[in-house]
Amino acid sequence: MSLNNDDVKKIAHLARLALTEQESKDFAGSLSRILGLIEQMNAVDTAGIEPMAHPSDAALRLREDVVKEKDQRDAFQEIAPATEAGLYLVPRVLE
Amino acid sequence: MEWETVIGLEVHAQLQTKSKIFSSASTAYGAEPNTQACNVDLALPGVLPVMNVEAARMAVKFGLAIGAKVNKRSVFARKNYFYPDLPKGYQISQFELPIVGLGELTVNVDGQEKVIGITRAHLEEDAGKSLHEDFQGMTGVDLNRAGTPLLEIVSEPDMRSSKEAVAYLKKLHKLVRYLEICDGNMQEGSFRCDANVSVRPKGQKEFGTRAELKNINSFRFVEKAIEIEIERQIDVIESGGKVVQETRLYDSVNDTTRSMRSKEEANDYRYFPDPDLPPLVLDDETIEAVRKTLPELPDIKRERFIKEYGLTAYDAGVLTSSRELADYYESVCSFLKDGAKLAANWVSGELSAYLNKETKDITESPINAEQLASLLARIQDQTISGKIAKDVFEAVWAGEGSVDDIIDKKGLKQITDTGAIEKIIDEVLANNNTQVEQYKNGQEKVFGFFVGQVMKASKGKANPGQVNELLKKKLALV
Amino acid sequence: MSYHQKTITKISADLQAGKVSSVELTQSFLDRIEKFKELNAFITVDPDFALDQAKAADANIKKGKSSALTGCPVAHKDIFCTDGLLTTCGSKILSNFVAPYDATVIKKFKTAGSVTLGKTNMDEFAMGSSNETSYYGVVKNPWDQDKVPGGSSGGSAAAVAARLAPAATGTDTGGSIRQPAALTGITGIKPSYGRVSRYGMIAFASSLDQGGIMTQTADDAALLLREMAGFDERDSTSVDQAVPDYVATLNDNLKGLKIGLPEEYFGEGLDNEVASVVEAALAEYKKLGAETVPISLPNSNLAVPCYYVLAPAEASSNLSRFDGVRYGLRAKEYTNLDDMYEKTRAEGFGAEVKRRIMIGAYALSAGYYDAYYLKAQQLRRMIADDFTEAFKKCDVIMGPVTPTTAFKIGDKTDDPVAMYLNDIYTIPVNLAGLPGMSIPAGFDKVGMPVGLHVIGQYFNEAKLLNVAHQYQQVTDWHQQIPPGFE
Repeated sequence: MSLNNDDVKKIAHLARLALTEQESKDFAGSLSRILGLIEQMNAVDTAGIEPMAHPSDAALRLREDVVKEKDQRDAFQEIAPATEAGLYLVPRVLE
Repeated sequence: MEWETVIGLEVHAQLQTKSKIFSSASTAYGAEPNTQACNVDLALPGVLPVMNVEAARMAVKFGLAIGAKVNKRSVFARKNYFYPDLPKGYQISQFELPIVGLGELTVNVDGQEKVIGITRAHLEEDAGKSLHEDFQGMTGVDLNRAGTPLLEIVSEPDMRSSKEAVAYLKKLHKLVRYLEICDGNMQEGSFRCDANVSVRPKGQKEFGTRAELKNINSFRFVEKAIEIEIERQIDVIESGGKVVQETRLYDSVNDTTRSMRSKEEANDYRYFPDPDLPPLVLDDETIEAVRKTLPELPDIKRERFIKEYGLTAYDAGVLTSSRELADYYESVCSFLKDGAKLAANWVSGELSAYLNKETKDITESPINAEQLASLLARIQDQTISGKIAKDVFEAVWAGEGSVDDIIDKKGLKQITDTGAIEKIIDEVLANNNTQVEQYKNGQEKVFGFFVGQVMKASKGKANPGQVNELLKKKLALV
Repeated sequence: MSYHQKTITKISADLQAGKVSSVELTQSFLDRIEKFKELNAFITVDPDFALDQAKAADANIKKGKSSALTGCPVAHKDIFCTDGLLTTCGSKILSNFVAPYDATVIKKFKTAGSVTLGKTNMDEFAMGSSNETSYYGVVKNPWDQDKVPGGSSGGSAAAVAARLAPAATGTDTGGSIRQPAALTGITGIKPSYGRVSRYGMIAFASSLDQGGIMTQTADDAALLLREMAGFDERDSTSVDQAVPDYVATLNDNLKGLKIGLPEEYFGEGLDNEVASVVEAALAEYKKLGAETVPISLPNSNLAVPCYYVLAPAEASSNLSRFDGVRYGLRAKEYTNLDDMYEKTRAEGFGAEVKRRIMIGAYALSAGYYDAYYLKAQQLRRMIADDFTEAFKKCDVIMGPVTPTTAFKIGDKTDDPVAMYLNDIYTIPVNLAGLPGMSIPAGFDKVGMPVGLHVIGQYFNEAKLLNVAHQYQQVTDWHQQIPPGFE
């Protein structure tokens, strides 16, 4: 499977990455080569094999419902790009 | 052409855990912005989710209550999209394997019972809130709500009218509150509803194209929004157009629905199992332990009230509308002998009226069940009349003291002494010769006048039964 | 002998005996870091931060309140969040990120009283096999500064190889501890998945990432892993199993040890010189009483394709949080929300990271999930099952860590696929979640180090460390120091 310029632009938008025209072209090339590598998987028949999502088959451990966290807003917002009145500021979101 | 409406509802119920679903931050409502957003909720680099056992238990409880299959193995998946109120850039949800499978709920519309299928219910985390007030032309983001556990309850497209949709929603609302898994507060967003609405020519099998209605967060709005959307869709089709699959926002001010910016084309959520969370596995023991915590469910309680207390279906329905109200009622009854009907009248009458007037919940009632029972006991033992009881009720409500204190202090004790009542009757008859003459001439309706005068003269304290009886005797003699 | 030539085990003994103070030690390493700055092994060095910790350690040693690691300087890969220190993960997007909390690994080292020398350079978000994708520049291999140190824990590897730090933490998603350890001639262990907490370790591919340690010797690795490992309630994938005393079993006899040799690890693509070094090492093991058995990992040739679906897919999701809203870089100019996202991420991420995010997003997107992601997960099961089968016949598996020794800086930057194939022997181990180790086993003709790959059974790090230590008792490859760094 090889990707063209438009495919790359679509994926880049899905991943929120701005690309220049040149970058789209370059990525189309390298991504296509990587897909070529990936498609070697097709050589193996995997029908009926249980997919493996985790290296161990442990079950989820559950924690007790207890509040342990304290307010650390000041420390957390010290490293934020833009805040006001305790809120994180972002470009206007239109509903 | 005759049209048929098809409605399916997706309800998001916030589970009333103390801490968040994947972090130990508080879920309390109304805190200062971002003071309850810990590093996990903020998606700082490196943080990891750890699941809250209570959220799992509550989901199981719901599953058991709707007779659904509780999946012993369910999987958390990531739903990927970018939005400022979604700190990780993905929402942890359940996709292919939800915790609760197929179940059902029976609703009653205009006396007709109807079974509505529940496709599934799955656990997920809530997002934060975007505040659109103007901050230098920007939007403010509060992540306190981010990570609050949600149970998303998805119905089958089984409803055929807005009325059915509302009945289902109310039933569900009652149920989650009964189960004590959600406080049901729609204003605070604890119980939210989206509706999938489509229309099709009556008799057609295939579904029409549906629109998803968002932002319909009151029972009234659900009904109105669906009605308006049905009309809109029929208009579109009848004028030769096609309904587009899209998300529409209900605007309660203008009473219209409008298309949300078409983010549909870009919607590719790229679900995949969350590698940070192994599968949620429940053993029989856990499920059975949850089953033991199930309360008596609303329908069963209503039936019991009819049988056990001899109530009408209507009264039983009113008294079981919430678990707290039902508990209150039963508590009142437990203090009384043979007072079930009297208690029902007072709880759904006087007490409810007072609560409504002051927009108080039954749990906030200034008169507790024992106090109300002691008031009703005074009616039963004829210490006071029903009418006087209302005055006593008002005084107890206002905090003026206990039932007996107030009766004593205000001298409201009923007069049951025959001699005393006879004395009052004699005075009344002596002072109202004209009416006595009328009565003698066969105008029996003046009897009521005499009763009223006697009661008035006794300041309402005379036992009405005795007054009736003695009056009849006396009038027969004059 | 200067302290930089000593192992943690020796340094620890001298600290406890009062022969040296942590402040002296820390200062001497800080001096070396400064002196050999051209290696570019560190992103952040904060001498005050380090010396304060050293002072506290000295005080505790005096009070008798100390453990084996108290006062021992250690460098940390810049992927571990360190409260109060810049934590960049090798990326521009975190170039201003001072972590407000400690990773569990960092906390454990802190509690043990160890001194944080600095944060080491790495491939951006651990995506790379050469340390060339770091926003903070290429790290040089101390054995030949025209060559790469490997990656992604290249800074840690170079620092330990050049003796700028006696030990350094690393992480290994597809070989990022073992490959750089091999290319720089040091000892590196990637524990089993779930053995070391991932909390605070910036995620690349969550189902594969595992923290580990890079040292001069296996006994140091045992000492440090004992401290790092263990259950963490903040990591749902961390395994609740007691940590054995890895040091106690280092001297177990290797008589009768069965070493499995996967035929697939010795075939086409393996450099002859690397092959002969590995064979010499195996001969040494036979002298120690071990025997070799042929085994097969039939699907291992598909591990790289499988990995390049799974790791990018997880990464594409893990890296969505870098959006310029709550921390890190935000683009200066933008017209609206999407534009802010797209520009921030375009400016903040390097080409390799973008490439992997896009591959991952593509593999998960509607219509492709089954063909790519699901298929890769099935293949992952087959690869893991191969190991289960193999371990029925042997105790450990051995082979090369890399097909070749270190390559020249810039050699493979234009060809991502060629770069990816560097990890052909290490990736299967991550997919199966097994522990793996690289130990120095010799040099090629131009004097570049070669690593011996030892793969163990799930949660049997003790065996790996024992096997490595016994080898190091009869060889001195691990004691070799790059010329100019003695």
